[in-house]
Amino acid sequence: MTVGNTTTQRPDDATSTGAAVEIDQVAVRFRTKKKDVTALRDVSLRIEPGEFVSIVGASGCGKSTLLKLVSGLLRPSSGQVRLHGEDVRGPRRDIGYVFQRAALLEWRTARRNILLQAEMRRLPKAQVRQRVDELIEMTGLTGFEDAYPNELSGGMQQRVALCRALLHRPPVLLMDEPFGALDALTREQMNVELRRIWRETGTTVLLVTHSIAEAVYLANRVIVMTPRPGTVAEVIDVDLPVERDYGQTMSEPAFARATGRIRDLLGATTTAE
Amino acid sequence: MAAQSTIEHRESSAPARTPAPAARRRAGAGASLLRFARSTWRPAAVLAAIFVVWWAVTAADLVKPYLVPSPGTTLDVVLAQTGYFAHHTWITSYETILGFAIAIVVGVVSAVVMVYSPTVEKSLYPLLLFAQVIPKIAIAPLFIVWLGFGLTPKVVVAVLMAFFPIVISTVTGLKSIDPEMLQLSATMGAGPGQTFTKIRFPAALPHLFAGLKVAATMAVTGAVVGEFVGANEGLGYVILQANGNLDTPTLFAGLLIMSLLGVVLFVAVELLEYLVLPWHASRRTDAATTSL
Repeated sequence: MTVGNTTTQRPDDATSTGAAVEIDQVAVRFRTKKKDVTALRDVSLRIEPGEFVSIVGASGCGKSTLLKLVSGLLRPSSGQVRLHGEDVRGPRRDIGYVFQRAALLEWRTARRNILLQAEMRRLPKAQVRQRVDELIEMTGLTGFEDAYPNELSGGMQQRVALCRALLHRPPVLLMDEPFGALDALTREQMNVELRRIWRETGTTVLLVTHSIAEAVYLANRVIVMTPRPGTVAEVIDVDLPVERDYGQTMSEPAFARATGRIRDLLGATTTAE
Repeated sequence: MAAQSTIEHRESSAPARTPAPAARRRAGAGASLLRFARSTWRPAAVLAAIFVVWWAVTAADLVKPYLVPSPGTTLDVVLAQTGYFAHHTWITSYETILGFAIAIVVGVVSAVVMVYSPTVEKSLYPLLLFAQVIPKIAIAPLFIVWLGFGLTPKVVVAVLMAFFPIVISTVTGLKSIDPEMLQLSATMGAGPGQTFTKIRFPAALPHLFAGLKVAATMAVTGAVVGEFVGANEGLGYVILQANGNLDTPTLFAGLLIMSLLGVVLFVAVELLEYLVLPWHASRRTDAATTSL
Protein backbone atom coordinates (compact mmCIF):
# COMPACT_ATOMS: atom_id res chain seq x y z
CA MET A 1 0.00 0.00 0.00
CA THR A 2 1.21 3.51 -0.75
CA VAL A 3 -0.96 5.10 1.92
CA GLY A 4 1.13 4.22 4.94
CA ASN A 5 3.98 6.67 4.60
CA THR A 6 2.31 10.06 4.63
CA THR A 7 3.57 11.52 7.87
CA THR A 8 7.08 10.18 7.69
CA GLN A 9 7.83 11.91 4.39
CA ARG A 10 6.72 15.40 5.50
CA PRO A 11 9.82 17.51 4.95
CA ASP A 12 8.66 20.41 7.14
CA ASP A 13 8.79 18.30 10.28
CA ALA A 14 12.52 18.79 10.40
CA THR A 15 12.31 22.57 10.69
CA SER A 16 9.91 22.50 13.64
CA THR A 17 10.01 21.17 17.13
CA GLY A 18 8.51 17.98 15.77
CA ALA A 19 4.94 18.38 16.98
CA ALA A 20 2.09 18.02 14.48
CA VAL A 21 -0.09 20.48 16.33
CA GLU A 22 0.92 22.92 19.03
CA ILE A 23 -1.56 25.07 20.87
CA ASP A 24 0.06 27.59 23.14
CA GLN A 25 -1.84 29.59 25.82
CA VAL A 26 -4.78 30.08 23.49
CA ALA A 27 -7.91 32.04 24.40
CA VAL A 28 -10.94 32.71 22.21
CA ARG A 29 -13.47 35.41 22.99
CA PHE A 30 -16.57 36.08 20.95
CA ARG A 31 -18.20 39.47 21.04
CA THR A 32 -21.96 39.32 20.77
CA LYS A 33 -24.30 42.31 20.99
CA LYS A 34 -25.12 41.75 24.62
CA LYS A 35 -21.92 40.47 26.13
CA ASP A 36 -18.47 39.06 25.55
CA VAL A 37 -18.28 35.30 25.68
CA THR A 38 -15.07 33.49 26.48
CA ALA A 39 -15.21 30.19 24.61
CA LEU A 40 -11.70 29.01 25.43
CA ARG A 41 -9.13 30.19 27.90
CA ASP A 42 -5.57 29.17 28.57
CA VAL A 43 -5.51 26.07 26.40
CA SER A 44 -2.14 24.53 25.72
CA LEU A 45 -1.69 21.25 23.87
CA ARG A 46 0.97 19.41 21.98
CA ILE A 47 0.09 16.63 19.59
CA GLU A 48 2.78 14.44 18.07
CA PRO A 49 2.72 13.29 14.45
CA GLY A 50 0.70 10.11 14.01
CA GLU A 51 -1.16 10.48 17.29
CA PHE A 52 -4.88 9.92 17.63
CA VAL A 53 -6.26 12.41 20.13
CA SER A 54 -9.89 12.62 21.22
CA ILE A 55 -11.43 15.71 22.75
CA VAL A 56 -14.44 15.32 25.04
CA GLY A 57 -16.38 17.81 27.12
CA ALA A 58 -19.83 19.19 27.80
CA SER A 59 -21.78 20.86 24.98
CA GLY A 60 -20.54 24.37 24.27
CA CYS A 61 -17.17 23.93 25.96
CA GLY A 62 -15.32 24.99 22.83
CA LYS A 63 -14.32 21.59 21.46
CA SER A 64 -15.29 22.51 17.92
CA THR A 65 -13.71 25.93 18.36
CA LEU A 66 -10.44 24.14 19.05
CA LEU A 67 -10.63 22.34 15.70
CA LYS A 68 -11.49 25.59 13.91
CA LEU A 69 -8.36 27.13 15.45
CA VAL A 70 -6.15 24.31 14.22
CA SER A 71 -7.61 24.52 10.70
CA GLY A 72 -7.19 28.29 10.64
CA LEU A 73 -10.90 28.89 10.06
CA LEU A 74 -10.83 30.88 13.29
CA ARG A 75 -8.12 33.10 14.78
CA PRO A 76 -7.38 32.93 18.51
CA SER A 77 -7.95 36.11 20.52
CA SER A 78 -4.61 35.49 22.18
CA GLY A 79 -1.99 32.77 22.14
CA GLN A 80 -0.57 30.81 19.25
CA VAL A 81 -1.51 27.81 17.14
CA ARG A 82 1.15 26.01 15.15
CA LEU A 83 0.77 23.28 12.58
CA HIS A 84 4.03 21.43 11.92
CA GLY A 85 5.86 24.32 13.52
CA GLU A 86 4.23 26.93 11.27
CA ASP A 87 2.02 29.64 12.71
CA VAL A 88 -1.58 29.20 11.61
CA ARG A 89 -2.67 32.53 10.12
CA GLY A 90 -5.45 31.64 7.74
CA PRO A 91 -7.37 28.59 6.47
CA ARG A 92 -4.88 25.73 6.14
CA ARG A 93 -4.82 23.49 3.12
CA ASP A 94 -2.72 20.76 4.71
CA ILE A 95 -5.55 19.36 6.79
CA GLY A 96 -8.62 17.22 6.19
CA TYR A 97 -11.88 18.24 7.83
CA VAL A 98 -14.90 16.03 8.57
CA PHE A 99 -18.05 17.61 9.97
CA GLN A 100 -20.94 16.07 11.89
CA ARG A 101 -23.13 16.44 8.83
CA ALA A 102 -21.42 14.85 5.87
CA ALA A 103 -21.77 18.14 3.95
CA LEU A 104 -21.91 16.44 0.56
CA LEU A 105 -23.00 18.12 -2.66
CA GLU A 106 -26.34 16.58 -3.54
CA TRP A 107 -25.86 16.90 -7.28
CA ARG A 108 -22.65 14.88 -7.26
CA THR A 109 -22.21 11.14 -6.97
CA ALA A 110 -20.10 9.71 -4.15
CA ARG A 111 -17.04 9.55 -6.40
CA ARG A 112 -17.48 13.08 -7.70
CA ASN A 113 -18.00 14.35 -4.15
CA ILE A 114 -14.62 12.87 -3.22
CA LEU A 115 -13.12 14.39 -6.36
CA LEU A 116 -14.24 17.86 -5.27
CA GLN A 117 -11.16 17.95 -3.08
CA ALA A 118 -8.94 17.27 -6.12
CA GLU A 119 -10.75 19.79 -8.32
CA MET A 120 -10.42 22.57 -5.76
CA ARG A 121 -6.72 21.80 -5.32
CA ARG A 122 -6.19 21.32 -9.06
CA LEU A 123 -4.47 17.96 -8.52
CA PRO A 124 -3.43 15.99 -11.63
CA LYS A 125 -6.33 13.77 -12.73
CA ALA A 126 -4.47 10.55 -13.50
CA GLN A 127 -2.81 10.42 -10.12
CA VAL A 128 -6.06 11.22 -8.31
CA ARG A 129 -8.11 8.51 -10.00
CA GLN A 130 -6.00 5.74 -8.49
CA ARG A 131 -6.08 7.41 -5.08
CA VAL A 132 -9.88 7.63 -5.16
CA ASP A 133 -10.17 3.94 -5.99
CA GLU A 134 -7.83 3.17 -3.12
CA LEU A 135 -9.88 5.22 -0.64
CA ILE A 136 -13.18 3.81 -1.86
CA GLU A 137 -11.85 0.34 -1.24
CA MET A 138 -10.35 1.23 2.12
CA THR A 139 -13.57 2.80 3.45
CA GLY A 140 -15.82 0.06 2.10
CA LEU A 141 -17.61 2.26 -0.42
CA THR A 142 -17.06 -0.16 -3.29
CA GLY A 143 -20.29 -0.50 -5.25
CA PHE A 144 -21.59 2.86 -4.09
CA GLU A 145 -19.27 5.10 -6.12
CA ASP A 146 -22.00 6.26 -8.43
CA ALA A 147 -24.77 6.68 -5.87
CA TYR A 148 -26.04 10.17 -5.05
CA PRO A 149 -25.94 11.33 -1.42
CA ASN A 150 -29.72 10.94 -0.98
CA GLU A 151 -29.36 7.29 -1.99
CA LEU A 152 -26.77 6.66 0.72
CA SER A 153 -27.30 5.90 4.41
CA GLY A 154 -25.87 8.24 7.03
CA GLY A 155 -22.90 5.95 7.62
CA MET A 156 -22.15 5.72 3.90
CA GLN A 157 -22.38 9.49 3.53
CA GLN A 158 -19.89 9.93 6.33
CA ARG A 159 -17.54 7.45 4.62
CA VAL A 160 -17.69 9.62 1.49
CA ALA A 161 -16.88 12.68 3.61
CA LEU A 162 -13.95 10.79 5.13
CA CYS A 163 -12.61 9.83 1.69
CA ARG A 164 -12.91 13.45 0.60
CA ALA A 165 -10.97 14.56 3.69
CA LEU A 166 -8.22 11.97 3.09
CA LEU A 167 -7.83 12.39 -0.67
CA HIS A 168 -4.86 14.76 -0.55
CA ARG A 169 -3.13 12.70 2.18
CA PRO A 170 -3.38 15.43 4.82
CA PRO A 171 -0.86 15.07 7.66
CA VAL A 172 -3.58 16.17 10.10
CA LEU A 173 -7.21 15.06 10.04
CA LEU A 174 -9.75 17.07 12.05
CA MET A 175 -13.05 15.37 12.86
CA ASP A 176 -15.89 17.29 14.47
CA GLU A 177 -18.36 14.76 15.92
CA PRO A 178 -18.30 12.81 12.67
CA PHE A 179 -20.51 9.99 13.92
CA GLY A 180 -22.85 12.07 16.09
CA ALA A 181 -25.81 11.62 13.79
CA LEU A 182 -25.43 7.87 13.30
CA ASP A 183 -27.27 5.11 15.11
CA ALA A 184 -25.36 3.24 17.83
CA LEU A 185 -24.59 0.14 15.78
CA THR A 186 -23.39 2.01 12.69
CA ARG A 187 -21.36 4.20 14.99
CA GLU A 188 -19.51 1.22 16.47
CA GLN A 189 -18.77 -0.10 12.99
CA MET A 190 -17.46 3.29 11.95
CA ASN A 191 -15.27 3.42 15.05
CA VAL A 192 -13.67 0.11 14.19
CA GLU A 193 -13.11 1.24 10.61
CA LEU A 194 -11.76 4.63 11.58
CA ARG A 195 -9.26 2.93 13.90
CA ARG A 196 -8.16 0.68 11.03
CA ILE A 197 -7.98 3.57 8.55
CA TRP A 198 -5.93 5.63 11.00
CA ARG A 199 -3.48 2.76 11.37
CA GLU A 200 -3.26 2.33 7.60
CA THR A 201 -2.70 6.02 6.86
CA GLY A 202 -0.65 7.07 9.89
CA THR A 203 -2.37 10.45 9.84
CA THR A 204 -2.54 12.58 12.98
CA VAL A 205 -6.19 12.68 14.04
CA LEU A 206 -8.00 15.15 16.28
CA LEU A 207 -11.48 13.86 17.04
CA VAL A 208 -14.16 15.83 18.86
CA THR A 209 -16.85 13.55 20.27
CA HIS A 210 -19.61 13.29 22.85
CA SER A 211 -19.16 9.57 23.26
CA ILE A 212 -16.73 8.62 26.01
CA ALA A 213 -16.45 5.04 24.74
CA GLU A 214 -15.68 6.27 21.23
CA ALA A 215 -13.07 8.69 22.57
CA VAL A 216 -11.24 6.01 24.55
CA TYR A 217 -11.51 3.20 22.01
CA LEU A 218 -10.03 5.30 19.22
CA ALA A 219 -7.44 7.47 20.88
CA ASN A 220 -3.96 7.34 22.36
CA ARG A 221 -4.85 10.30 24.52
CA VAL A 222 -8.15 11.83 25.54
CA ILE A 223 -8.36 15.53 26.32
CA VAL A 224 -11.13 16.26 28.79
CA MET A 225 -12.37 19.84 28.76
CA THR A 226 -14.20 21.90 31.37
CA PRO A 227 -17.47 23.68 30.57
CA ARG A 228 -17.37 27.24 29.27
CA PRO A 229 -15.00 28.93 29.39
CA GLY A 230 -13.39 25.76 28.12
CA THR A 231 -9.95 24.75 29.19
CA VAL A 232 -8.15 21.44 29.52
CA ALA A 233 -9.27 19.65 32.68
CA GLU A 234 -7.06 16.62 32.24
CA VAL A 235 -5.27 14.68 29.55
CA ILE A 236 -5.79 10.95 29.91
CA ASP A 237 -3.36 8.47 28.42
CA VAL A 238 -5.19 5.46 27.12
CA ASP A 239 -3.36 2.37 28.24
CA LEU A 240 -4.68 -0.02 25.62
CA PRO A 241 -2.81 -2.13 23.07
CA VAL A 242 -2.43 -0.86 19.51
CA GLU A 243 -4.40 -3.82 18.23
CA ARG A 244 -7.90 -3.18 19.57
CA ASP A 245 -10.73 -5.60 19.03
CA TYR A 246 -13.93 -3.67 19.73
CA GLY A 247 -15.72 -6.13 22.02
CA GLN A 248 -12.58 -7.15 23.84
CA THR A 249 -11.49 -3.56 24.38
CA MET A 250 -14.81 -2.74 26.02
CA SER A 251 -14.13 -5.34 28.71
CA GLU A 252 -10.49 -4.38 29.38
CA PRO A 253 -9.79 -3.01 32.86
CA ALA A 254 -7.77 -0.18 31.29
CA PHE A 255 -10.80 0.79 29.20
CA ALA A 256 -13.03 0.86 32.27
CA ARG A 257 -10.45 2.92 34.17
CA ALA A 258 -10.15 5.51 31.42
CA THR A 259 -13.88 5.86 30.77
CA GLY A 260 -14.57 5.93 34.51
CA ARG A 261 -12.04 8.70 35.04
CA ILE A 262 -13.50 10.76 32.16
CA ARG A 263 -17.03 10.25 33.46
CA ASP A 264 -15.92 11.44 36.89
CA LEU A 265 -14.28 14.52 35.42
CA LEU A 266 -17.25 15.43 33.25
CA GLY A 267 -19.79 14.70 35.97
CA ALA A 268 -17.79 16.49 38.64
CA THR A 269 -17.25 19.57 36.53
CA THR A 270 -20.88 19.86 35.49
CA THR A 271 -22.33 19.50 39.01
CA ALA A 272 -19.81 21.95 40.41
CA GLU A 273 -20.96 24.69 38.02
CA MET B 1 -33.71 17.29 14.48
CA ALA B 2 -34.52 17.70 10.82
CA ALA B 3 -31.13 16.32 9.88
CA GLN B 4 -31.79 13.30 12.04
CA SER B 5 -35.09 12.53 10.37
CA THR B 6 -33.70 12.87 6.85
CA ILE B 7 -30.86 10.55 7.69
CA GLU B 8 -33.25 7.96 9.03
CA HIS B 9 -35.39 8.37 5.99
CA ARG B 10 -32.38 7.96 3.74
CA GLU B 11 -31.23 4.93 5.56
CA SER B 12 -34.56 3.21 5.18
CA SER B 13 -34.70 4.05 1.49
CA ALA B 14 -31.20 2.92 0.66
CA PRO B 15 -31.04 -0.76 -0.07
CA ALA B 16 -27.82 -1.92 -1.66
CA ARG B 17 -28.53 -1.10 -5.27
CA THR B 18 -25.76 -0.49 -7.68
CA PRO B 19 -26.86 -0.23 -11.29
CA ALA B 20 -24.38 1.01 -13.88
CA PRO B 21 -24.05 4.79 -13.82
CA ALA B 22 -25.26 5.33 -17.39
CA ALA B 23 -28.34 3.21 -16.83
CA ARG B 24 -29.09 5.06 -13.64
CA ARG B 25 -28.72 8.43 -15.33
CA ARG B 26 -31.07 7.46 -18.13
CA ALA B 27 -33.56 5.88 -15.79
CA GLY B 28 -33.41 9.06 -13.69
CA ALA B 29 -34.25 11.36 -16.60
CA GLY B 30 -36.93 8.97 -17.88
CA ALA B 31 -38.47 8.60 -14.47
CA SER B 32 -38.58 12.33 -13.91
CA LEU B 33 -40.27 12.86 -17.27
CA LEU B 34 -42.79 10.22 -16.37
CA ARG B 35 -43.41 11.92 -13.04
CA PHE B 36 -43.78 15.15 -14.93
CA ALA B 37 -46.44 13.64 -17.18
CA ARG B 38 -48.19 12.15 -14.19
CA SER B 39 -48.31 15.49 -12.43
CA THR B 40 -49.78 17.24 -15.52
CA TRP B 41 -52.86 15.13 -16.21
CA ARG B 42 -54.91 16.42 -13.28
CA PRO B 43 -54.65 20.13 -14.11
CA ALA B 44 -55.30 19.20 -17.75
CA ALA B 45 -58.49 17.44 -16.69
CA VAL B 46 -59.63 20.47 -14.68
CA LEU B 47 -58.97 22.69 -17.67
CA ALA B 48 -61.03 20.39 -19.89
CA ALA B 49 -63.86 20.50 -17.36
CA ILE B 50 -63.85 24.30 -17.46
CA PHE B 51 -64.15 24.19 -21.26
CA VAL B 52 -67.08 21.79 -20.99
CA VAL B 53 -68.87 24.11 -18.56
CA TRP B 54 -68.15 27.06 -20.84
CA TRP B 55 -69.54 25.18 -23.79
CA ALA B 56 -72.63 24.03 -21.83
CA VAL B 57 -73.43 27.53 -20.59
CA THR B 58 -73.25 29.05 -24.05
CA ALA B 59 -75.00 26.15 -25.75
CA ALA B 60 -77.92 26.41 -23.31
CA ASP B 61 -78.17 30.14 -24.12
CA LEU B 62 -77.79 31.10 -20.46
CA VAL B 63 -75.84 34.23 -21.47
CA LYS B 64 -76.02 36.44 -24.53
CA PRO B 65 -73.43 35.50 -27.19
CA TYR B 66 -72.13 39.09 -27.34
CA LEU B 67 -71.25 38.83 -23.61
CA VAL B 68 -69.75 35.33 -23.64
CA PRO B 69 -69.15 33.72 -27.02
CA SER B 70 -69.19 29.94 -27.28
CA PRO B 71 -65.93 27.97 -27.53
CA GLY B 72 -66.91 27.16 -31.09
CA THR B 73 -67.24 30.77 -32.24
CA THR B 74 -63.99 31.66 -30.47
CA LEU B 75 -62.21 28.86 -32.27
CA ASP B 76 -63.81 29.86 -35.58
CA VAL B 77 -62.51 33.40 -35.14
CA VAL B 78 -58.98 32.10 -34.68
CA LEU B 79 -59.22 29.68 -37.60
CA ALA B 80 -60.65 32.36 -39.90
CA GLN B 81 -57.74 34.71 -39.18
CA THR B 82 -54.80 32.45 -38.40
CA GLY B 83 -52.30 34.80 -40.05
CA TYR B 84 -53.54 37.75 -38.02
CA PHE B 85 -53.40 35.88 -34.70
CA ALA B 86 -50.08 34.24 -35.51
CA HIS B 87 -48.47 37.59 -36.23
CA HIS B 88 -49.68 39.23 -33.02
CA THR B 89 -48.87 36.16 -30.92
CA TRP B 90 -45.38 36.17 -32.35
CA ILE B 91 -44.92 39.85 -31.41
CA THR B 92 -46.02 39.30 -27.82
CA SER B 93 -43.96 36.08 -27.52
CA TYR B 94 -40.91 37.91 -28.81
CA GLU B 95 -41.32 40.72 -26.28
CA THR B 96 -42.00 38.26 -23.47
CA ILE B 97 -39.09 35.93 -24.15
CA LEU B 98 -36.62 38.75 -24.78
CA GLY B 99 -37.79 40.50 -21.60
CA PHE B 100 -37.58 37.24 -19.64
CA ALA B 101 -34.07 36.51 -20.92
CA ILE B 102 -32.81 40.00 -20.07
CA ALA B 103 -34.47 39.77 -16.63
CA ILE B 104 -32.63 36.47 -15.96
CA VAL B 105 -29.24 37.90 -16.85
CA VAL B 106 -29.73 41.21 -15.02
CA GLY B 107 -31.47 39.53 -12.08
CA VAL B 108 -28.87 36.82 -11.49
CA VAL B 109 -25.93 39.17 -11.93
CA SER B 110 -27.33 41.75 -9.51
CA ALA B 111 -28.19 39.01 -7.00
CA VAL B 112 -24.61 37.73 -7.10
CA VAL B 113 -23.19 41.23 -6.67
CA MET B 114 -25.58 41.90 -3.79
CA VAL B 115 -24.69 38.68 -2.00
CA TYR B 116 -20.96 39.33 -2.24
CA SER B 117 -21.13 43.02 -1.34
CA PRO B 118 -23.32 44.02 1.62
CA THR B 119 -22.73 47.68 0.73
CA VAL B 120 -24.19 47.20 -2.73
CA GLU B 121 -27.04 45.19 -1.26
CA LYS B 122 -27.94 47.90 1.22
CA SER B 123 -27.85 50.65 -1.39
CA LEU B 124 -29.58 48.65 -4.13
CA TYR B 125 -32.39 47.01 -2.16
CA PRO B 126 -34.56 50.12 -1.63
CA LEU B 127 -34.24 50.93 -5.32
CA LEU B 128 -35.26 47.38 -6.22
CA LEU B 129 -38.24 47.51 -3.94
CA PHE B 130 -39.23 50.86 -5.39
CA ALA B 131 -39.02 49.47 -8.93
CA GLN B 132 -41.19 46.56 -7.84
CA VAL B 133 -43.95 48.43 -5.98
CA ILE B 134 -44.46 51.13 -8.61
CA PRO B 135 -47.46 50.09 -10.75
CA LYS B 136 -46.07 49.12 -14.14
CA ILE B 137 -49.16 50.31 -15.95
CA ALA B 138 -48.51 53.77 -14.48
CA ILE B 139 -44.93 54.08 -15.70
CA ALA B 140 -45.44 52.32 -19.02
CA PRO B 141 -46.58 55.58 -20.74
CA LEU B 142 -43.30 57.13 -19.68
CA PHE B 143 -41.39 54.37 -21.45
CA ILE B 144 -43.40 55.02 -24.60
CA VAL B 145 -42.40 58.69 -24.40
CA TRP B 146 -38.77 57.80 -23.80
CA LEU B 147 -38.30 54.79 -26.03
CA GLY B 148 -40.84 55.32 -28.79
CA PHE B 149 -43.70 53.26 -30.13
CA GLY B 150 -41.75 50.11 -31.04
CA LEU B 151 -41.11 46.88 -29.16
CA THR B 152 -38.48 48.30 -26.80
CA PRO B 153 -40.82 49.82 -24.17
CA LYS B 154 -42.78 46.52 -24.01
CA VAL B 155 -39.60 44.54 -23.46
CA VAL B 156 -38.57 47.00 -20.75
CA VAL B 157 -41.87 46.58 -18.90
CA ALA B 158 -41.54 42.78 -19.18
CA VAL B 159 -38.00 42.98 -17.73
CA LEU B 160 -39.21 45.16 -14.89
CA MET B 161 -41.97 42.71 -14.03
CA ALA B 162 -39.85 39.54 -14.25
CA PHE B 163 -36.69 40.91 -12.69
CA PHE B 164 -37.80 41.15 -9.06
CA PRO B 165 -38.71 37.51 -8.29
CA ILE B 166 -35.47 36.37 -9.95
CA VAL B 167 -33.32 38.67 -7.81
CA ILE B 168 -35.09 37.78 -4.58
CA SER B 169 -34.98 34.03 -5.18
CA THR B 170 -31.33 34.04 -6.29
CA VAL B 171 -30.26 36.13 -3.30
CA THR B 172 -32.14 33.73 -0.99
CA GLY B 173 -30.59 30.71 -2.69
CA LEU B 174 -27.04 32.04 -2.54
CA LYS B 175 -27.44 33.06 1.09
CA SER B 176 -28.94 29.79 2.29
CA ILE B 177 -25.72 27.88 1.62
CA ASP B 178 -24.63 25.69 4.49
CA PRO B 179 -21.81 27.61 6.25
CA GLU B 180 -19.99 24.29 6.75
CA MET B 181 -19.81 23.92 2.97
CA LEU B 182 -18.01 27.27 2.76
CA GLN B 183 -15.64 26.30 5.57
CA LEU B 184 -14.95 23.02 3.85
CA SER B 185 -14.21 24.90 0.65
CA ALA B 186 -11.75 27.12 2.54
CA THR B 187 -9.87 24.09 3.90
CA MET B 188 -9.62 22.81 0.32
CA GLY B 189 -7.82 26.00 -0.60
CA ALA B 190 -10.55 26.99 -3.03
CA GLY B 191 -10.73 30.56 -4.25
CA PRO B 192 -13.97 32.55 -4.27
CA GLY B 193 -14.49 31.77 -7.96
CA GLN B 194 -14.20 28.00 -7.47
CA THR B 195 -16.43 28.10 -4.40
CA PHE B 196 -19.02 29.99 -6.40
CA THR B 197 -19.07 27.82 -9.52
CA LYS B 198 -18.70 24.43 -7.81
CA ILE B 199 -20.68 24.90 -4.61
CA ARG B 200 -22.60 28.09 -4.12
CA PHE B 201 -24.27 28.61 -7.48
CA PRO B 202 -25.37 24.99 -8.06
CA ALA B 203 -26.74 24.93 -4.51
CA ALA B 204 -28.79 28.06 -5.26
CA LEU B 205 -30.33 26.65 -8.45
CA PRO B 206 -33.49 25.19 -6.82
CA HIS B 207 -34.29 28.64 -5.42
CA LEU B 208 -33.44 30.29 -8.70
CA PHE B 209 -35.84 28.03 -10.58
CA ALA B 210 -38.64 28.84 -8.14
CA GLY B 211 -38.09 32.50 -8.97
CA LEU B 212 -37.93 31.79 -12.71
CA LYS B 213 -41.36 30.15 -12.64
CA VAL B 214 -42.94 33.23 -11.08
CA ALA B 215 -40.97 35.48 -13.41
CA ALA B 216 -42.10 33.58 -16.54
CA THR B 217 -45.74 34.44 -15.90
CA MET B 218 -44.85 38.02 -14.94
CA ALA B 219 -42.98 38.56 -18.21
CA VAL B 220 -46.16 37.84 -20.23
CA THR B 221 -48.13 40.31 -18.13
CA GLY B 222 -45.38 42.88 -18.58
CA ALA B 223 -45.37 42.61 -22.37
CA VAL B 224 -49.16 42.91 -22.56
CA VAL B 225 -49.22 45.88 -20.17
CA GLY B 226 -46.69 47.57 -22.44
CA GLU B 227 -48.93 46.91 -25.44
CA PHE B 228 -52.01 48.24 -23.66
CA VAL B 229 -50.40 51.62 -23.21
CA GLY B 230 -49.50 52.14 -26.82
CA ALA B 231 -49.01 49.64 -29.61
CA ASN B 232 -50.19 48.73 -33.10
CA GLU B 233 -49.36 45.06 -32.82
CA GLY B 234 -49.29 42.28 -30.23
CA LEU B 235 -52.00 40.47 -28.28
CA GLY B 236 -52.58 43.47 -25.99
CA TYR B 237 -53.36 45.53 -29.07
CA VAL B 238 -55.69 42.78 -30.39
CA ILE B 239 -57.62 42.75 -27.12
CA LEU B 240 -57.93 46.53 -26.96
CA GLN B 241 -59.16 46.67 -30.58
CA ALA B 242 -61.66 43.87 -30.00
CA ASN B 243 -62.89 45.55 -26.85
CA GLY B 244 -63.44 48.81 -28.71
CA ASN B 245 -65.47 47.00 -31.39
CA LEU B 246 -67.42 44.90 -28.85
CA ASP B 247 -65.98 41.90 -30.70
CA THR B 248 -66.05 39.44 -27.77
CA PRO B 249 -65.05 36.32 -29.75
CA THR B 250 -61.77 37.99 -30.79
CA LEU B 251 -61.33 39.31 -27.26
CA PHE B 252 -61.75 35.80 -25.86
CA ALA B 253 -59.41 34.36 -28.44
CA GLY B 254 -56.74 36.93 -27.55
CA LEU B 255 -57.16 36.21 -23.84
CA LEU B 256 -56.89 32.47 -24.34
CA ILE B 257 -53.78 32.70 -26.50
CA MET B 258 -52.19 35.04 -23.99
CA SER B 259 -52.83 32.67 -21.09
CA LEU B 260 -51.55 29.79 -23.17
CA LEU B 261 -48.37 31.74 -23.80
CA GLY B 262 -47.82 32.14 -20.05
CA VAL B 263 -48.52 28.47 -19.41
CA VAL B 264 -46.16 27.32 -22.16
CA LEU B 265 -43.36 29.48 -20.79
CA PHE B 266 -44.00 28.23 -17.25
CA VAL B 267 -44.02 24.60 -18.33
CA ALA B 268 -40.83 25.16 -20.33
CA VAL B 269 -39.09 26.45 -17.21
CA GLU B 270 -40.40 23.54 -15.16
CA LEU B 271 -39.26 21.04 -17.79
CA LEU B 272 -35.82 22.64 -17.78
CA GLU B 273 -35.75 22.30 -14.01
CA TYR B 274 -36.50 18.58 -14.25
CA LEU B 275 -33.68 18.16 -16.75
CA VAL B 276 -31.08 20.38 -15.07
CA LEU B 277 -31.78 19.39 -11.47
CA PRO B 278 -32.87 15.75 -11.46
CA TRP B 279 -31.35 15.40 -7.98
CA HIS B 280 -33.56 18.16 -6.67
CA ALA B 281 -36.71 17.21 -8.54
CA SER B 282 -36.60 13.67 -7.23
CA ARG B 283 -36.02 14.84 -3.68
CA ARG B 284 -38.88 17.29 -3.95
CA THR B 285 -41.34 14.51 -4.70
CA ASP B 286 -39.96 12.65 -1.69
CA ALA B 287 -40.49 15.80 0.33
CA ALA B 288 -44.22 15.73 -0.38
CA THR B 289 -44.56 12.31 1.22
CA THR B 290 -42.18 12.75 4.14
CA SER B 291 -43.20 16.36 4.95
CA LEU B 292 -39.59 17.47 4.96
